[in-house]
Amino acid sequence: MTNSFADYLNTDLFFVIGSNPTEAHPMAGAKIMSSLLNGTKLIVADPRRIELAEKADIWLQHRPGTDIPLLNGLMHIIIKEGLHDKKFIEERTEGFEDLKATVETYTPKRVSEMTGVPEKLLYDAARLYATTAKAMLCYTLGITEHICGVDNVMSTANIAMLTGHLGKEGCGVNPQRGQNNVQGACDMGALPGDYPGYQKVANAEAQAKFEKAWGVKLSGKPGLTIPDMMDAAVEGTLKAMFVLGEDPVLTDPDANHIKKAFNKMDFVVVQELFMSETAKLADVILPGASFAEKDGTFTSSERRVQRVRKAIEPIGDTRPDWWIICEISKRMGYPMEYAHPEQIFNEIASLTPSYGGINYERIEYTGLQWPCPTADHPGTPVLHTKSFARGKGLFKGIEHTPPAEMPDEEYPYLLSTGRILYHYNVTTRYSSALDAHRPEEMAMIHPADAATLGVCTGDTVQVTSRRGSVQTKVNVTDKVLTGMIWMSFHYKETPTNELTVNAFDPVSKTGEYKVAAVRIEKAAQV
Amino acid sequence: MPTVTLTVDGKQVSVPKGTTVLEAAWKAGAFVPTLCHDPELTKPGACRICVVEVKGARNLVASCVTDAVEGMVVETATPAVVEARKTILELLLDNHPEDCLTCHQAGDCKLQDYAYFYNVKPGAFGGEAHKYDLEDDNLFIVRNMNKCILCGKCLRACEEKQGRAVIDFAYRGFKTKVTTAMDKPLADSVCVSCGSCVAICPTGALTEKAMLGKARKWEIEKVRTTCPFCGVGCNFDLNVHQGKVLGVTSNAASPTNGRDMCVKGRFGVDYVHNPNRLTTPLIKKNGQFVESSWEEALDLVASKLGEIKGKYGSDSIAALSSARCTNEDNFVMQKFMRAGIGTNNVDHCART
Ligand code: SF4
Ligand code: SF4
Ligand code: SF4
Repeated sequence: MTNSFADYLNTDLFFVIGSNPTEAHPMAGAKIMSSLLNGTKLIVADPRRIELAEKADIWLQHRPGTDIPLLNGLMHIIIKEGLHDKKFIEERTEGFEDLKATVETYTPKRVSEMTGVPEKLLYDAARLYATTAKAMLCYTLGITEHICGVDNVMSTANIAMLTGHLGKEGCGVNPQRGQNNVQGACDMGALPGDYPGYQKVANAEAQAKFEKAWGVKLSGKPGLTIPDMMDAAVEGTLKAMFVLGEDPVLTDPDANHIKKAFNKMDFVVVQELFMSETAKLADVILPGASFAEKDGTFTSSERRVQRVRKAIEPIGDTRPDWWIICEISKRMGYPMEYAHPEQIFNEIASLTPSYGGINYERIEYTGLQWPCPTADHPGTPVLHTKSFARGKGLFKGIEHTPPAEMPDEEYPYLLSTGRILYHYNVTTRYSSALDAHRPEEMAMIHPADAATLGVCTGDTVQVTSRRGSVQTKVNVTDKVLTGMIWMSFHYKETPTNELTVNAFDPVSKTGEYKVAAVRIEKAAQV
Repeated sequence: MPTVTLTVDGKQVSVPKGTTVLEAAWKAGAFVPTLCHDPELTKPGACRICVVEVKGARNLVASCVTDAVEGMVVETATPAVVEARKTILELLLDNHPEDCLTCHQAGDCKLQDYAYFYNVKPGAFGGEAHKYDLEDDNLFIVRNMNKCILCGKCLRACEEKQGRAVIDFAYRGFKTKVTTAMDKPLADSVCVSCGSCVAICPTGALTEKAMLGKARKWEIEKVRTTCPFCGVGCNFDLNVHQGKVLGVTSNAASPTNGRDMCVKGRFGVDYVHNPNRLTTPLIKKNGQFVESSWEEALDLVASKLGEIKGKYGSDSIAALSSARCTNEDNFVMQKFMRAGIGTNNVDHCART
């Protein structure tokens, strides 16, 4: 996020696209919901009538996979009507002509045809966003989980820069991260091309720095991303995998492909809290301690580094994850000796400039938002106040990329996936109250489709894609468009990702969870 | 900022213009009780337990809704003030179950504290008492409306902090009650079970279902931590008793969320004690998982990975790190892969 959650209270307009915060990031959603009561305006762009869509001043119900045409269409109107922030564009950005040339062809009429959004609403939204001084754009996986995810993200940056809604209080582009410590895992260099702090593996200087710190020769060759790992395993070149606290068989797209990859490898270690679908395929399972049983830190979406504290002893014979990894490393001839996570954190700070000024003592009470390079730096609630990371913000004209797979005669429905409020990936299934409250998948389909299929709420359907087939109960609701089915991915009994597409954004390697073509049939009722 | 100076119980105090008499009195170190007032919510000035004497005013004033002005002279504990407060407490206790012995809130209840401080006993008027059924229809929150003092903080939190307005005052007079639209159970309402109402209730009217009967308030150790469920990063206190996590209470000092959070953070951490937790290393032998010691499992992992590295090279090994684990765990994982194994094949599900 460029800004902070506290800043949600300073804005006059939220533009929420591809994000369902009241379910996936509930306290961010709550801040939006309560500020509406104080007159803050809301534009929502989402194919589903999510809760915020019902509260919105303007709801743009665009077809899944048409985010780029939608945003280009809004920018077309903004430029045509001269509502763009000329001073900001002049002083802080470059590439405006490129953007202008691209969006020129996205006329309201054309965009309306592509997205299904009426022209009038396009005008209303463009004018409202451009003319509100403090406007904040929020997005999540509805933007990134497409084969054009990176382009989608750039489009949100384009519209924010075009209107000068960046680098100021109450503005910004604020992606909310999905899992609790996605931000931290990225910051820590759990990425194939990055050392901690986004220092590039391919950069010889960075390599030399880490070689000196860790006392060994390091590889300068960027590693494999998850989809590439899975492909390499299926091809037989990747022989072993160490999986820490993830369940790719349940959560990654095209589950059957992932299972094949795990079955093919010579050796798989899974470090987990529970017997996950992936753990079942392991050769060795190592039981990790939960967040309540260890010390450490998480970094939230607003870049806030906060403490996790040990409240109870590890359950049974479990151990903290860092301890387990160090023990294996020691046995393999590379000892890493830490008496306490605080020592690990100090090493992180010494090697990661943006964390350089952070230590456990400083974050005892409220945490600190990076960048925080020095011991006396107060942390950074708002990014890019004076300049962008690369100096000037770069506009880039972006063309529409249709989803990898679209409905056709054989697979006539469009499947989209996401999270629900009462669950979070997998662990919540082990909370007795949460699971009792929402024990099974309830896929959403439109009443018109339900009538065609002859099903009512609570009935079971068989959903089939080119890759797999699962059963699910349905919830008949007009919150989704006709021709569409929406499912979550929390339930191993309904492994939705057996259906999703094995297609990825070429740059970020994010899977296209949001669009796949499926067939739906009424199942024999039990 | 312009300031005003006033006198509270003979003591001079300067506060920014616009400060209430209540806040000024607190700043001066005076004890002024409150029931319906909350610094983060709108102020109805309804319960009147915060009354004080202001020189020149004809009646006692509710200090939470009166602005401090220059030269004001305030007395917070005159006989008239104490008498008024006692009467309010007597009225409340008259219609309140005498249940402190088994009430979950005992030890952390404003009504109990003020009754003790002012030595007010129940039964002063002998009036009618409510006989509502206990509402434990939902999985998360138990509502005992007999213990409700109608302060309205829950419904203001629901509306102002969560943007929901699920509950409101219904009916009139003695029958006034805090309830959902159509007086339906919470389970059948649009309540999202966030528990902000529970966190703010000053009495035992609203409690966390999972914690009832598990430990007295004063036996619970609170350990501040960060939520393991989503990227908002709420902070809260794990409530620990005899080596077990009983549940979660919110902590007003949390930077992102204050006392508010969502159903997952407030009511979902019981997964920690789920009996299905893996508690010992497992090694697959002939297709079956067999329990093993740490020594055996760690030796096996190290030798297998070493063997594969020797035979096929470092890049034949990969790791999936975790967006659920701590920064320290992730740092150690990538360092192990890079420096220990010798490959950059480390990634995590950043994208889900
Ligand atoms: S739990 Fe949350 S939504 Fe439900 S009544 Fe209480 S404050 Fe409102
Ligand atoms: S339930 Fe609690 S917070 Fe709500 S009005 Fe009653 S006493 Fe006040
Ligand atoms: S309490 Fe809810 S909103 Fe807050 S971090 Fe946890 S899951 Fe997210």
